[in-house]
Amino acid sequence: MVEVRDIVKRYGDHVAVDHLSFRVEKGQIYGFLGPNGAGKSTTMNIITGYLASNEGTVLINGHDILEEPEEAKKCVGYLPEQPPLYMDMTVLECLNFAAELKGVQRSERDEMIQDIMEMLSLEDVKDRLVKNLSKGYRQRVGLGQALVGNPEILILDEPTVGLDPKQIIEIRSLIKDLSKEHTVILSSHILSEVSALCDQILIISKGKLVACDTPQNLSSQMQGNSTLQLSVLDPEHKIEGVFAQKFEGAIHVQGAWEQDVWSGTLQVDGMDDIRAELFYLLAEEDCPILELSQSRMSLEDIFLELTEAEQEVHNESDL
Amino acid sequence: MKAIYKREVAGYFRSMTGYVFLFFIFLIVGIYFYAYNLLNGYPSMNVTFNSITFVFLLAVPVLTMRVLSEERRHKTDQLLLTAPVSVAKIVLGKFLALLTVYMIPIGVICLYPLIMRVFGKVSFAQNYTAILGFFLLGAANIAVGLFISSLTENTIIAAVLTFVVMFLSYIMSGLESFLPSSMSDGILYHVMEACNVDGHFQSFVDGTFEVTAVVYFLSVMVVFVFLTMQSIKKRRWS
Repeated sequence: MVEVRDIVKRYGDHVAVDHLSFRVEKGQIYGFLGPNGAGKSTTMNIITGYLASNEGTVLINGHDILEEPEEAKKCVGYLPEQPPLYMDMTVLECLNFAAELKGVQRSERDEMIQDIMEMLSLEDVKDRLVKNLSKGYRQRVGLGQALVGNPEILILDEPTVGLDPKQIIEIRSLIKDLSKEHTVILSSHILSEVSALCDQILIISKGKLVACDTPQNLSSQMQGNSTLQLSVLDPEHKIEGVFAQKFEGAIHVQGAWEQDVWSGTLQVDGMDDIRAELFYLLAEEDCPILELSQSRMSLEDIFLELTEAEQEVHNESDL
Repeated sequence: MKAIYKREVAGYFRSMTGYVFLFFIFLIVGIYFYAYNLLNGYPSMNVTFNSITFVFLLAVPVLTMRVLSEERRHKTDQLLLTAPVSVAKIVLGKFLALLTVYMIPIGVICLYPLIMRVFGKVSFAQNYTAILGFFLLGAANIAVGLFISSLTENTIIAAVLTFVVMFLSYIMSGLESFLPSSMSDGILYHVMEACNVDGHFQSFVDGTFEVTAVVYFLSVMVVFVFLTMQSIKKRRWS
């Protein structure tokens, strides 16, 4: 279990992580999502103890990363954005080094490394120098180093960046498998990846946590504010009055007439589906509906909305 | 710590740096040993060592330039610093690895008095004291190089900076002589003397085993290894 409390990281005047708090429970996959420069990598570096935060604490299985670093770091396997590999070593040497560094017993070492190489299909390249390997293989060796020592928590910073589509699928299914025994925290700026893999999504923007929920909840929560696209034949130009009278400000109407046709959007607060109601209302008013559609918010829109809303607030405060 | 130590020692001989370091030391020590001790039959290595302290100016930067700076450049320090190993152990592992590589030429040099013994009478005590002094001088310089390597992620800058610092300490005896006699016991003199790593080797050259000099060299090592640890810890906060 990882608990992050109120961490702040400043680089000079720039605040990279701004009072971020969250809890990661055992046995699930957590996805860190955010645009570039949102503070994902910085947060991961703080959780793993590579960087120290200016304020706040990080607890890993109850151990403070700054007070009891060795206990805390034992529980964590970390794959940074750029896999930390020694170019002049072979794959086998890299994994052996990581095992020794993490204090894996000599008797267990060979078997553990053999298992990891099998799982990541690294056996064919085990005697090749890391500098001669492709990005995909390096990524896998890095993942192997993180897996050595069988840590409870795996922290993977953009694990699929730079891989070809086939490798991406392989790595994803591997992460799925790993989540049976490990808690996985991964970061990504690719939405489909996070929504496909993760049980929980943490959306970060400008160093702040803007949302934290399951992918399903995030979508349904956002659909609460659904938007209707509407075109109505309305020669008498009375429709906006009708809406105002009927819904009394519960919906937000925006549109314009183009000759006899009114077209615009209706933003509805709450979960109610008013499409049927709208149909009967407009039929009564003798205004035939030409077009009516509900735009569902995909995770993509939620992401954009959440991260952009943050930006607007930011811009306003700048002025 | 053992893992880091082993990887580091092996690393010197996977790349050229270890060989270049050994080449410099063996070349210079060999030439001077041949000229002073074998050709001219001088039965002690003290004077030989006194003439070749400049070898560290070339050899130590080559040895220490990449020790920490390259970890940072290739981001492999992320592996070390997020592993359950303390910074102190990382730095000590690195320092011991450097000393191990340095022990190779020292071990060979230890045979030189035995070679001289073949040709005549040799004072082993005097010779081995000089070798001990030479080892301490080099080890202190290596600690300085280790620290400088932790300051930058550019190996060339680390090498040049190490060279400059060691060159200043090398000419410090000369600089001290520029001080007017009124300042010969002032605070400036003492500061300069503290930076004069080479000067403290002098007592070994004179054939005396001076405890203060041994303490001085050990202090330089402790201080710079400690500073290296602090410089790595500090980086997490910036």
